[in-house]
Amino acid sequence: MEVPILKQGAVLIATFQAALSDADLNQLRMGLVQQVVKFRSRAVIVDVTAMDVMDSFASRTLREIAHMIRLRGAETVIVGIQPEVAFAMVQLGLTLEGVATALDLEEGLAYLNEKFKTTN
Amino acid sequence: MSVGEIHVAISSDQDIVSARQQGRVMATELGFSTGDATLIATAISELARNIISYARKGQITLKMVNGLNRQGISVIASDQGPGIPDIRQALRDGFSTSGSLGLGLPGVRRLMDEFEITSQPGRGTTVAVKKWKQ
Repeated sequence: MEVPILKQGAVLIATFQAALSDADLNQLRMGLVQQVVKFRSRAVIVDVTAMDVMDSFASRTLREIAHMIRLRGAETVIVGIQPEVAFAMVQLGLTLEGVATALDLEEGLAYLNEKFKTTN
Repeated sequence: MSVGEIHVAISSDQDIVSARQQGRVMATELGFSTGDATLIATAISELARNIISYARKGQITLKMVNGLNRQGISVIASDQGPGIPDIRQALRDGFSTSGSLGLGLPGVRRLMDEFEITSQPGRGTTVAVKKWKQ
């Protein structure tokens, strides 16, 4: 499944679709990290607004993406976790510890701008 | 309303997606809220994932159930895999033998209203869960 990855300056924006299989998620993880390397990106925003289920595998994959990208010296922000999805994740005991999250794309970009400003 | 029984064969990661999508559709048809439909779909995803991780293949059965003055959805995940030698251990948070997160069963129990598990080593495992409409 094709996941649109948009390059906006030093930030990559990946928009996840609703029905991602494990294979899709694995492919995405590799693809995203490769793009970060290729474009020397400083940050990645993963937009999960469309995802209607976040199970253990999906949240583990998101954590791994964030950790890999951090090892490259870049930031990851997960944006758009739907309220029902957040509720289900908490019930299931899933956390995205150590991974930045924001309400939506706009907030995610604002968070990164703020962060880059203070580190520059 | 005629919502029959749906059987979804589980043998690949694509089937996990298919099972949870069909579960969400059925839950919505039965009148569950979006929030509850999400809990049900998430539970189905975890149960189907357990089938793939531990037994490689199995089946998910979705059906409407009637209780006393209430309606609900029943999800039965069954496989003929290796079975679970120690169910109590498997129901503890953080326990896993497949290298996965190991949150599967206790998490599913929290997502749903009723939870039953039967397992025979060497014969397979059946997890039956229900959620009632609020």
